[in-house]
Amino acid sequence: MPGLKQLAEREELMAGGHRACAGCLPMTAMRQILLTAGKDTVSGCSTGCVEVVTTIYPYTAWRNPFIHSAFENSAATMSGVEAAYRSLRRQGRIDKEINFIAMGGDGGTYDIGLQALSGAMERGHNMLYICYDNEAYMNTGIQRSSGTPKGTATSTTPAGKIRQGKKEFPKPLTDIMIAHRIPYVAQATPGYPKDLSDKVEKALSIEGPAFMNILTPCTRGWRYPMEESMDIARLAVDTCFWPIYEVEHGRFKVTRKPKDKRPVSEWLERQGRFSHLFKDKNRHIIDEIQEDTDRNWEWLLKREELTQA
Amino acid sequence: MTGNDATAEAMRQIAPDVVTCFPITPQTELMHKFAEHVADGDVDTELVLVESEHSAMSAAVGAAAAGARAMTATAANGLALMWEIVYIAASYRLPIVMPVVNRALSGPINIHCDHSDTMGCRDTGWIQLYSENAQEAYDNTLQALRIAEHPDVLLPVMVTFDGFILSHTAEILEGLEDAEVKDWIGTYEAKYSILNTDDPVTIGPLDLQDYYFEHKRQQVEGMRHAPDVIREIGRAYGELCGRSYDLFEAYRLEDAELAVVALGSTCGTTKVVVDELREQGVKAGLLKIRSFRPFPEAEIAEALGNAKAIGVLDRSISFGAPGGPVHKEIKAALYGTGHEIGIVNYIYGLGGRDMSMNDIKTAFAGLEKVAREGTPDDNIRFLGLRGEGGV
Repeated sequence: MPGLKQLAEREELMAGGHRACAGCLPMTAMRQILLTAGKDTVSGCSTGCVEVVTTIYPYTAWRNPFIHSAFENSAATMSGVEAAYRSLRRQGRIDKEINFIAMGGDGGTYDIGLQALSGAMERGHNMLYICYDNEAYMNTGIQRSSGTPKGTATSTTPAGKIRQGKKEFPKPLTDIMIAHRIPYVAQATPGYPKDLSDKVEKALSIEGPAFMNILTPCTRGWRYPMEESMDIARLAVDTCFWPIYEVEHGRFKVTRKPKDKRPVSEWLERQGRFSHLFKDKNRHIIDEIQEDTDRNWEWLLKREELTQA
Repeated sequence: MTGNDATAEAMRQIAPDVVTCFPITPQTELMHKFAEHVADGDVDTELVLVESEHSAMSAAVGAAAAGARAMTATAANGLALMWEIVYIAASYRLPIVMPVVNRALSGPINIHCDHSDTMGCRDTGWIQLYSENAQEAYDNTLQALRIAEHPDVLLPVMVTFDGFILSHTAEILEGLEDAEVKDWIGTYEAKYSILNTDDPVTIGPLDLQDYYFEHKRQQVEGMRHAPDVIREIGRAYGELCGRSYDLFEAYRLEDAELAVVALGSTCGTTKVVVDELREQGVKAGLLKIRSFRPFPEAEIAEALGNAKAIGVLDRSISFGAPGGPVHKEIKAALYGTGHEIGIVNYIYGLGGRDMSMNDIKTAFAGLEKVAREGTPDDNIRFLGLRGEGGV
């Protein structure tokens, strides 16, 4: 596994000058992913921030082959690319080893692209699917997705006089992908870049489908100062709100266990999207988020214990 | 062979690099047959059995972008579900070939033939070739590949044939030898491939106010070249096997006073009726459209120039529009030609309603009056419909 220093010395495949916001962690994740995967990688992305900011014609920020088709079909599109590769390789028309990485935001993955993702993983394509999860439809203006945390104020779940943000807990997408019994599933965040890079490398080295859910804070949608993106990402892990772990052939491994598990309110209070929760009448929502976080963390540790034994 | 078998046979001989597929009646047996060829090792195709038609077209787009020969097949609601990506396939200039077994669109749900599915996507940027019988479905599939991949065209092609009427009825098929097909289709080298990591390209970028329009215009250009290419390949195919193809077929049309315009399996029935009427001294004729997209308007207008009355048969409705899709194109083609010809639109056969010889005779009988009196007020008629409005 390459160290950060070695990664930094590699050829940069994500060109600078794209149109992402300053402090955009989805684009930081893209850079880390590409540095790890290398140039013999075909990447694709669903419609969303990453696709929009990197490909405004006649420019492209991708120095490797890239394909975008629509919102809900990133996994299906890449499964066609991968099938073509297998066919052409069998015919001797191509002999290179190539990585296939399909991507989508949480909207394109948890919601509209879930069926195509499930199908592609079930069919066993040799590809990595990466969800860059910024917890709402950011490209269209911060609407709630099924990956949005409970209590979040979004454009479609605003904090109002009688409603206090999103009512539901997020869909457990990573668990849904684990339930597909594919060879490799992981959660990561660019806040811990070595961990992210190691997981991408492992996911690409394993034969068969792999899935990674990468938490990528969004300065605009989460409403925090742009220079705090990396801190916010790390705090999501250190509060155990977003545990980083991997499941390799069914065996769980938590790759970072905070020595000093911070209360989730420390993560929430730094983001404008949760500010209404700190009013007295809404404090119970923070308690509920804490309870849910604790329950998920305990269950994760239990599963690690059960499967590593 | 049935229409499905004949098309599966063409696909076996083509042996595409990638076939994506999701089942829908009446396309299913086509894919069963092809899957058997894969299972038996007759073809070395990557068969991707996706979880929806939306993914079938998406994966075909991915495969074609990788420089592979990619095919899929569908019908009706399946086509409707892949609609979004049908447009994208054309705009990315990917030469995908897709047999579509014509079936009525829901709702109400119905599994039988009409043309509402493919007529609904006549503006998606795909070439559309309609087939009269299983032989044509086979021949059109083999020609479609060459048309789609032609460097002056580079557009996807739909080969359509009528659900059940053609897909499930057997007829004698004259097939090409496998080696002939291999020579006919040659090899395909895509100009750009997403698999070329040494010379990377971005496919499907965001195309805004300053370029989108020009790219759409380029698509028009591809379609503009298509008629010549379709004719050229239709002639070459004739040299190969004796069955030449054009953009449309004029059947006893030259001196016809009463002309029917149709596409699909009804053309076969209409030819029999035309022959009968000719024996009775009625100057009847048929214009069978093969290429609905591109629509050869000038040639069609010329071919219909001697008619005194035209009956346009539409197996789909364009709600709220002045007549069915074929009817509107024929009227537009005749505009400005100086011919004042009475035109009647016969909507027929929706949801698989049988189109009998008697129905077609009724249409011709109606045309005799139109020839005398010109286009009537009730120029949109429902042939074979029970109750009000039916004829």
